[in-house]
Amino acid sequence: MKHKKLIYITLLLPCLFFNVANSTDLKSGSEYVSASTLEMQNDEFANPGMKAVEEGKVEFHRPGVNEKTCATCHGENGSKFNLKKIASYPVYNKEFEKPFTLQEQINFCGEEYLDNVPYVYDCVDLVEIEAYVRYLARGEKVNVTITKELKPFYEKGKKIYNTRYGQMNMACVVCHDQYAGQRLRGQVLSQGHSNGFPLYRLGSGKMTSLHSRIKECFISFRADPFDLGSEELISLELYLHKRGNGLKIETPAVRY
Amino acid sequence: MNTRKIKPALSLMTRAFVLFLFISPVNADQKKDTKFYPWKIENYAINKPFGGYKGNAERGRKIVINRNKGNCLACHALPIKEETFHGTVGPALHGIAARLSEGQIRLRVADEQKINPMTIMPGFYKNPKENNRVNDDYWGKPVLTAQETEDVIAYLMTLK
Repeated sequence: MKHKKLIYITLLLPCLFFNVANSTDLKSGSEYVSASTLEMQNDEFANPGMKAVEEGKVEFHRPGVNEKTCATCHGENGSKFNLKKIASYPVYNKEFEKPFTLQEQINFCGEEYLDNVPYVYDCVDLVEIEAYVRYLARGEKVNVTITKELKPFYEKGKKIYNTRYGQMNMACVVCHDQYAGQRLRGQVLSQGHSNGFPLYRLGSGKMTSLHSRIKECFISFRADPFDLGSEELISLELYLHKRGNGLKIETPAVRY
Repeated sequence: MNTRKIKPALSLMTRAFVLFLFISPVNADQKKDTKFYPWKIENYAINKPFGGYKGNAERGRKIVINRNKGNCLACHALPIKEETFHGTVGPALHGIAARLSEGQIRLRVADEQKINPMTIMPGFYKNPKENNRVNDDYWGKPVLTAQETEDVIAYLMTLK
């Protein structure tokens, strides 16, 4: 009997290692770009996304209607930020009973504490502030926890991730899970992680938020895209952040 | 005093010809038949050509390269030397006609998902009613017209 148990254990051990290997096999998008692009990303003077970060920094210190600024609570240059908490967004908001992305939280703060008129979701200014806040947490590991309240939103995002859309009939899962690392003509498919957003795209020359990147994907496979800031995209954002748990934040990343 | 008449920039004949070009009924874009002709799978193949059209391999080769039409090169390597960067997602299609019959190729071009449900390959002549959340500009149309699909198949049949 004892020998039998030993045999079982020796048979099961490799399975355990394989599982570990699979779960740590996350690759950030920066591993799929060329060496020169990565160099550009890591050099703050060469990184074109730093312009948006600087603009966000100005917004961060700009007085609101009641003369307060973001720095009143969060400290000069965001010194009082809990960086681990920035990496844990989206989080559940009990008052609104839905997941709050970083953008929504910034917008809510501006309205509640600075008496500002809220921004339109995903507008240039809001993306710049988001880029600045995430830039402060650069190098921090993404750590989203799915609580009981977040579970239905997570499941909804997962369903969207696995559903085929559009005339080209494609789903996120097909490209970014099955064919990551392969080439679509000149373009390399990445694993589709969200740790670099908002990021600078060399192709369009624009600072791009996660929602507008997903919208671009939808347009490319000829589907009717979801609205920016809609519940569907926020659920998908939640799923994507959870999927990339453990990857370091790279904002502002440089991608093609 | 200069009494010279100003000559028209284009002669009367040229203007008539340009006008004819605009009102000419033989406009390639207007003649397109984007209708979907339903098809049936028999023994893992579609043996009847879509809409009864006859394919042209030369036109098919252009569609295979065109990024807004077939764009087969996005995923497949093909014996087309003038184009760089062939995709690596799908299998190479060199000698495909030696491996598959015309009917089998027709099914794979029309809707590969009928054979492999998890494939990345879009159905180029798939029933538009089976698609989900299609953009208004493309609603109710297959990716390629019946004629274009037949052209692509005719081109693939030359790869022996």
